[in-house]
Amino acid sequence: MSLFDYTIKELEQKLHNKEITIEELVDTSYKRINEVDSEVHAFLTLNEEAARKQAKELDEAEDKSAALFGMPSGIKDNIVTKALRTTCASQFLDNFDDPLYNATVVEKLNNEKTITIGKLNMDEFAMGSSNENSSYNPTRNPWNTDYVPGGSSGGSAASVAAGEVLFSLGSDTGGSIRQPAAFCGVVGLKPTYGRVSRFGLVAFASSLDQIGPITRTVEDSARVLEVIAGHDPMDSTSANVEVPAYTEALTNDVKGLKIAVPEEYLSEGVTPEVRDSVMEALKVYESLGATWEKVSLPHSKYAVATYYLISSSEASANLARFDGVRYGVRSENADNMIDMFKKSRSEGFGDEVKRRIMLGTFALSSGYYDAYYKKAQKVRTLIKNDFDKIFEDYDVVIGPTTPTPAFKVGEKVDDPLTMYANDILTIPVNLAGVPGISVPCGFSEQGLPIGLQIIGKHFDESTVFRAAHAFEKATDHHTKRPQLGGAK
Amino acid sequence: MADISKDQVKHVAHLARLAVTDEEVDKFTEQLSSIITYAEQLNELDTDGVEPTTHVLDLKNVLRKDEPKDWITQEEALKNAPDKKDGHYRVPSILE
Repeated sequence: MSLFDYTIKELEQKLHNKEITIEELVDTSYKRINEVDSEVHAFLTLNEEAARKQAKELDEAEDKSAALFGMPSGIKDNIVTKALRTTCASQFLDNFDDPLYNATVVEKLNNEKTITIGKLNMDEFAMGSSNENSSYNPTRNPWNTDYVPGGSSGGSAASVAAGEVLFSLGSDTGGSIRQPAAFCGVVGLKPTYGRVSRFGLVAFASSLDQIGPITRTVEDSARVLEVIAGHDPMDSTSANVEVPAYTEALTNDVKGLKIAVPEEYLSEGVTPEVRDSVMEALKVYESLGATWEKVSLPHSKYAVATYYLISSSEASANLARFDGVRYGVRSENADNMIDMFKKSRSEGFGDEVKRRIMLGTFALSSGYYDAYYKKAQKVRTLIKNDFDKIFEDYDVVIGPTTPTPAFKVGEKVDDPLTMYANDILTIPVNLAGVPGISVPCGFSEQGLPIGLQIIGKHFDESTVFRAAHAFEKATDHHTKRPQLGGAK
Repeated sequence: MADISKDQVKHVAHLARLAVTDEEVDKFTEQLSSIITYAEQLNELDTDGVEPTTHVLDLKNVLRKDEPKDWITQEEALKNAPDKKDGHYRVPSILE
């Protein structure tokens, strides 16, 4: 048993009763990292010296009232941390050792006295679904290291699943929190677009990106969201909407909850074992007094194409800032400025990043803008309308998070379209801007986790949490742990 | 199959400020063609009269007062620069 098998609330109690210290919590992290991270590769940079120093200070502090006092966390490496290396898993930022400011979410965690254990591996610039696009050693799935952990927040999910940190932050543009959470058997939340400030999140697709927590329990997810949510003057797209006490929504009561199950989410390449797990989950909800009906999201099959046009177009603009002038690795082989831009970018970016920049630049270029980019934005409206319509009659939408459990390392890496199709069930949620969570709901024959996706109305994370929490309380999938490094 | 030529790929690479090798041109021509072909399934949908969604929140002109604030110093701004001189970023010559 690890200290990270306890919830934040339980650990608070233990700290209060002086059964444990923050130094022990931090030690638990680094010990586990030493044990297993040579297999898992979840971390790109460790913050050990500062973390241990901070732990000591917190143990000695008089005031221990902060909301996440001393809780060890990992931060995805596309979230900027002051004076702590931030690479986005890209060679372009390999030398970015000294960022000048903290992302707003990091400031908020710091204010509540969390401890940053280190920065977490990811697909380069968050582009990918397997972590194989990391330009460092890609993260592996803690349940079976021959398999991918999912992506792009693969390090964020794997570090929590492997017991290296209590919780982590990831970012989700087309499923990048929920999909790896499903593959690694942990809880991953993508909040409503605008719920959490994106200030200091290295932008991939600005109209889709959202930061969210990865945790072992729904309760911890609600705890972390309470801290990181809220309007931020530094992000003009963060919404000025009140942040409810999410933990108060965890009533364990879903009597009368109306669940919509899109028929598209049970077809379209969804494997039988995933479908069976979801059907079992629906039976659990029935036994708890909720009702479900089949519905249709008729435009969801167009979501992947829509997403790749919109997200790549936005990425091609956002990644223009990486020019080798102000920070990052500049090519030494250039003799004029344009050449310096081109060579720095070509030497610094990996294949997938180049492919998306090329696709986006093409879709935005003169003569193609209307046919591709604008067309995709119109289809996005249709996809969003599908959700709006369903939410007139239902409280949540439930389906699988992914069509299959984790796939093997190397299995899809050569075929971009097959890789992209993996996100078919998560992408519509980003396009519509609604919140979605993935919670463990079973295991495949090979012992790999399966995730249940619960989707809610705009800014109604409370109902999503309530539904997820009731399911978690009625099942024991979330208590299973991977066998790694011989421990536990 | 969408018809994307090698010349188009080279043009797009130039717009995106990416240096591409001949091998990469071949690869991107093939991959972009297949991705664009896949994306053309959107043409099955009639979107006449549908408003494009640029953003899911109904936000317009989020403004704030233009007030100076302490942020970073010039020295800090230059801290991560690959090359600098006399308090400025230095870059290779722009003119030939």
